[in-house]
Amino acid sequence: MSTPIRVEGLTKRFGSFEAVRDVSFMAASGSITALLGPSGSGKSTVLRMIAGLERPTAGRIWLGEEELTAKSVQERAVGFVFQHYALFRHMSVAENVAFGLRVRKEERASRDARVAELLDLVQMTKFARRYPDQLSGGQRQRVALARALAPRPQVLLLDEPFGALDAKVRQDLRRWLDELHRELGVTSLLVTHDQEEALELANQVVVMHEGRVEQAGSPAEVYEQPATAFVAGFVGSANVLHGWVVDGHVHLGTFRVPGADHLEEGAAAAAFVRPHDVRISREETGVRGTIERIATLGWLARLSITLPGGETLVAHVPHEELDGAAEGDEIWADLRSPKAFGIEPAPVEPPGAVASDGAIPSGAPPM
Amino acid sequence: MTVVAPARERDARRGGAGLGRGVLAAIAIAYVAILLLLPLIGIVWRAFQPGMSIVGETLSRPEVRHAFLLTGIITATTIVVTTAFGLVVAWVLVRQRFWGRALVNAVVDLPFALSPVTVGLAAVLLFGTGGWFADFLAARGIQVLFALPSMMLVTIFICIPFTIRELVPVLEEFGLEEEDAARTLGASIWQTFRHVTVPNIRWALLYGIALTTARSIGEIGAVLIVSGTIAGLTETATIYIFTALEERLVARAHVVALILALTSICVLVTIEWLHRRTEEARSNA
Repeated sequence: MSTPIRVEGLTKRFGSFEAVRDVSFMAASGSITALLGPSGSGKSTVLRMIAGLERPTAGRIWLGEEELTAKSVQERAVGFVFQHYALFRHMSVAENVAFGLRVRKEERASRDARVAELLDLVQMTKFARRYPDQLSGGQRQRVALARALAPRPQVLLLDEPFGALDAKVRQDLRRWLDELHRELGVTSLLVTHDQEEALELANQVVVMHEGRVEQAGSPAEVYEQPATAFVAGFVGSANVLHGWVVDGHVHLGTFRVPGADHLEEGAAAAAFVRPHDVRISREETGVRGTIERIATLGWLARLSITLPGGETLVAHVPHEELDGAAEGDEIWADLRSPKAFGIEPAPVEPPGAVASDGAIPSGAPPM
Repeated sequence: MTVVAPARERDARRGGAGLGRGVLAAIAIAYVAILLLLPLIGIVWRAFQPGMSIVGETLSRPEVRHAFLLTGIITATTIVVTTAFGLVVAWVLVRQRFWGRALVNAVVDLPFALSPVTVGLAAVLLFGTGGWFADFLAARGIQVLFALPSMMLVTIFICIPFTIRELVPVLEEFGLEEEDAARTLGASIWQTFRHVTVPNIRWALLYGIALTTARSIGEIGAVLIVSGTIAGLTETATIYIFTALEERLVARAHVVALILALTSICVLVTIEWLHRRTEEARSNA
C-alpha cells in the first residue's frame, strides 16, 4: 500500500509573498522523508499542497504514476496528521477513527473491525469511548494518527506532529512512530523544525530555507556533507568562522583552515567546524587558544576556547582526552573537517559566532 | 494534592470578602427580580384576575386565533430565513478574507442600532405609494405593504443579527483544522459541514434561534407601522395586545401577553435544558 511521492517545480505565492519556490524532490516508496527547516521556510505549505489543502501556483505532484495536481483533497487519499491534532471534539475516540470509513460508506462490520485494529495499533483501545478533551496531548496525537491511517492511505503526511508536545512525550512518540513505520511501511512525509527528529526518523532529509530546497539527501549526507552554508549551520551545531579565501584555504586572521579549493581566490568565506571536530592538544597543532570555560555534558566536556582574534570556539571533547586541561589553560586547537562556503561580503553572523550549541545534535534551533 | 490547596485558597478568599460578595449578589438578585420577574408576575395576576374563564373566552375568539397564527407564520419564516442566511454570512465573515469584510461585519449589527419604528418607516418608504418599488409591485398586483410580506420583511430585518452574532465567535474559536482534517479523510464539503461544522456550532445556532424566536414574537414597532392594523387581517399577537388595551379589553390583552411570554421562556428553557443534558451525557461517557 505504499507509493512514492514526487513533486516537481512546486511554487506557491500568497499575494506578492513567495512561500514556496520551485521545490522538487522525491520520497521513495515506504520511506520517511523529513522536510526540515526553520518556521516560515515553506515546508508546511509544501505538505498542504501535496494533501490538496492548498493549490500550487505552479508545479506538479505525483503519487506513483498518478498525477495529483488537479485532484481534490478527497480524491487524493492521503493521511494527514496536524500539529494540533484537529480531532473532532464532539466525537469519541472510536468515532474519530471511524470517520474516514463512515464518509466512504464502508459497511458497519468491516468499519468496526478496522477501528478496533487501529485502536489496538496505537494502544488506545481502552480509551475508545473517551472524548478528545479527556485525553493527554500524546494520546490525542496517537488517535489522530489512527484516524489518518484508518482509510488505508497510500501516503502519510505529518505536519509537525510532535510540535505541541513536551520534550519527554515527544521522544517517546518519536520512537513509537519509528517502530510503527517499520511495521506499516507507508510512505511518509514529516514536516519538522527539529533537526534531531529529522535525523533520527527519516531515511531522507529535505532541508528547506526561505521556500527553497537547500539540500536533499540521507541524514548522514546532510550532516557530514552540507551543500550550503545554511545547511551547515542549521543541521547539527557548528562553529562559524569568517574569513577570506587564499590559496585554497580560508584565512581566519592568525591561522587558516583547508577545504576552500572550490572557492574563488580572495572571496569572503565562512568555515563551519562541528564542535566534535575540534581536538585539543598541548602539542603545536592548529591554532592557539585559551580555555575560557569547561562544562560537562555527561561523557563529553564542552569547552569554550577564546582564539587570538577574540572569537569563541566551542569544542566537544571526551573527558579522557582533556589530559588535565583546566579553565584558563593555553592549549592548541586542531580544527578538523572544516566546511568552507562562499558568503556575501557582509557576514551573515558576527565573526566567530557559534551557530548553536549544546549537545550534538542540539535541540530546536532558535526561532 | 493539587485539588486540596486551591479549594482551601478559594474558601479563604470567600471568607475575606464575604460582605462585599453578599451585597453584590443581593444587588444582582434585586435587579433581576424587580425588572424581570415582577412584571411577569403582574401579567399573570392581571390575566387571571377576572377568573379562569377569561382565558378560554379569549382564546376562542377568531381574531385572537388569527393573531397568533399570524405571529406564528411570521416567526417561523423569520427563523428559517435568518438561520439559513445567518449560517452563510457568519461562515463567510469568519472563513473568508475579502474587501469590504469590515463593512459587512458592521452592517450586520445595524438592526440592533436602529429603532424598529425607523425600520418600519423605511419599509413604507420603499413599498408605499410613491416608494421605489411601488410601481414595480403594483404592476404585478403584489401587495406588500399592509400585508403579510412587509410584516415578514421587517421582522426578518430586525432579527438578522442574533444568529450571526451567536455563530461568529464559535466559528472563530473552532477554527479551520477540523474541517481540513475531515476533507483529508475523504469527506465532501456537505459531509464536512454536516458532520463536523454543524455539531460544533449546534448550540450557538440553537441559542441564535431561541433569541430570534423571542424577538420575533415580541416585535411590534416596525410591524405596527407596515401592517396598517387591519383587524382580523394584519393583526399579530402583539398588535392585538396594543389594540385590545386601547379598547380597554385589559384582561384579554394580558392573556395574550402571558402566552407570548411563556412561549419565549419555554423556548429558552428547553434549549438550556437540552444543552445541559447533552453535556452531562458526554462527561459520563
